[in-house]
Amino acid sequence: MTGWISHLIIAPILLPLLVTAIMLTYDDRHRTLKRVLSLSAAAALIGISATLLWMVGGSEAAGIPPGPHVYLLGNWPAPFGIVLVVDRLSAMLLMLTSVIGFMALFYSFARWDKAGPRFYALFLLLMMGVNGAFLTGDIFNLFVFFEVLLAASYGLILHGAGVTRTSVSLHYITINIAASLLFLIGVAMLYAVTGTLNMADLASRITVVPQEDLALLEAGAAILGVAFLVKAGIWPLCFWLPRTYGAAAPPVAALFAIMTKVGIYIILRLNSLLFGADAGGAADFADDGLIYAGLATMAFGTLGILAARQLTRVAGYYVLVSSGTLLAAIGFGGQAIVAALLFYLVSSTLAVAAFYLVIEPVERNAGDEDRLEGVSEPVFEDEYTGALAMTEDEPEDETGVVIPGTIAILGGSLIFCALLLSGLPPLSGFIAKFAIIDALFQAPSIPPTTWVFIGLIILSGLGSMIAMTRAGIDLLWTPAEEAPPRLSVIEVVPIWLILSVCLGLMLGAGPIMRYMEATSASLHDPASYVYAVGTAPLAGRTP
Amino acid sequence: MEIILSLAIGILTASGLWLLFRPRTFQVILGLSLLSYAVNLFIVSSGRLRTDAPPIVGKSGTPDVSAFADPLPQALVLTAIVISFATTALLLVVLIASRGLTGTDHVDGEEGDP
Repeated sequence: MTGWISHLIIAPILLPLLVTAIMLTYDDRHRTLKRVLSLSAAAALIGISATLLWMVGGSEAAGIPPGPHVYLLGNWPAPFGIVLVVDRLSAMLLMLTSVIGFMALFYSFARWDKAGPRFYALFLLLMMGVNGAFLTGDIFNLFVFFEVLLAASYGLILHGAGVTRTSVSLHYITINIAASLLFLIGVAMLYAVTGTLNMADLASRITVVPQEDLALLEAGAAILGVAFLVKAGIWPLCFWLPRTYGAAAPPVAALFAIMTKVGIYIILRLNSLLFGADAGGAADFADDGLIYAGLATMAFGTLGILAARQLTRVAGYYVLVSSGTLLAAIGFGGQAIVAALLFYLVSSTLAVAAFYLVIEPVERNAGDEDRLEGVSEPVFEDEYTGALAMTEDEPEDETGVVIPGTIAILGGSLIFCALLLSGLPPLSGFIAKFAIIDALFQAPSIPPTTWVFIGLIILSGLGSMIAMTRAGIDLLWTPAEEAPPRLSVIEVVPIWLILSVCLGLMLGAGPIMRYMEATSASLHDPASYVYAVGTAPLAGRTP
Repeated sequence: MEIILSLAIGILTASGLWLLFRPRTFQVILGLSLLSYAVNLFIVSSGRLRTDAPPIVGKSGTPDVSAFADPLPQALVLTAIVISFATTALLLVVLIASRGLTGTDHVDGEEGDP
């Protein structure tokens, strides 16, 4: 692999960073310019991710071999330098991030981007952090990207200010700093035992860790795992999640849907790379824990969905159900299950993102006392007031072109989301859940935990169906005296684009499932990943 | 030296955890700072404790690696210090904002039942 195309691997990190840097030189009065810049950056990210997806599949004509592609930062050979690795899993998740990021950014142009300063910069930086976390092949570099995405998310959760967001973000920041400290402890312990931080190098050294150091290694990996599980929202470390996501501005919450998946991704990656079947003494040490914690998370999430009175909370608890399902499925392991869970990951993330975007217009006229204010007074008297003052000069009802039949459109979107979230046929949510259950039955013996898992998958679907029906009747389908909510094209288009991506997942389920199976196969073959990193050629030299 | 370092890490962690679970925002921030000091010391110790050993290899000859300290944990600690410093600063800003908006320094934004 030569030429410019190999540099595309770092583009998902560099592009948002550069565009952010350019945007920071303008203040928020240049809103149109910033909108154009940030949206074109997000669109370019989709293009780059598509190219990376094509690259990892390999191409005979272009002379690109299939499999992981490695980018050596600063041209230092692995494991001394930091590497970026793009394989099927990373490329797929980059695509998912870009799609959701683009749609959420587009949606925010309806009015949410005006609710506070520096929205576009924080938004792109969050995407940069997520992309970096998906790409990096070094555990400490992963920590750095985690901090980048967390720092951006702290800013975004405060976007729009207000009492609720401030007090929620106080909890959110504290929990995440504590989790980051656990992350550091885990990294230090892994380094103390193995002497390396490169994931591929770790994978090869972990097989020769002496018996007396295994306990220390597993303790380190477990502490590291807890840090990721906090991000993924596992029970009992998840109580912050529904509240925090519910308080965030809708486009921000939609983008946050991908953040729990970062935790899931790392656990999947480390579990397959470090603790796979041929990892020596430490093999499969976390699987049982993941299964039980995942099942508990699903049960808690389902109860939360049934108990929630606001749709934003329903969405938050659904994020928990989705995380629990994924974690339990990772615990069960096996190629077929991992392929199915990857399909579920894509489908449920898109569905939750679309759901967060639908909720706000649906609840707009509900007159809920807890409703969050869109634009509030700035907390600090500095440059920001200029941007906020300007929004007040603009006409109140500036929601763009208002379209008729809002109830029909919103109701349709809500039904679509409900079908996706609860996993009813014929949409992709059903295919995903069916694939997981089908893969579970392929095991030679079916232990009781499998039955509990299948039961919880079906019950959580039922729970979300009940909650969505109730919400639909309360908010949309009973005749109300007040006028239907005003809905702008800018809001409808991204919702329907995400939903049509889900429709595409359903129509193209065959080829997509084959891609997931290939991804799962490569995850179960850590040797190819290790080999690709170990033999990555330095630039400017023939390998 | 090991025992002193272990004691330092242990005391910092214990105090940090106790403060982290207190109801006042300022105590929580102090707790997080103490915890991050403990973690930084812990990272240093992961590269084995050495005295009088430089972390940087000179240019001449083939160096004897065993005469040098492990430079990587020192680099990690620098990064960790910078990041925890930045996030603590950010948390302080949110603390002041929360104090201004809610009129209390309780972590929940309202006083609990006495």
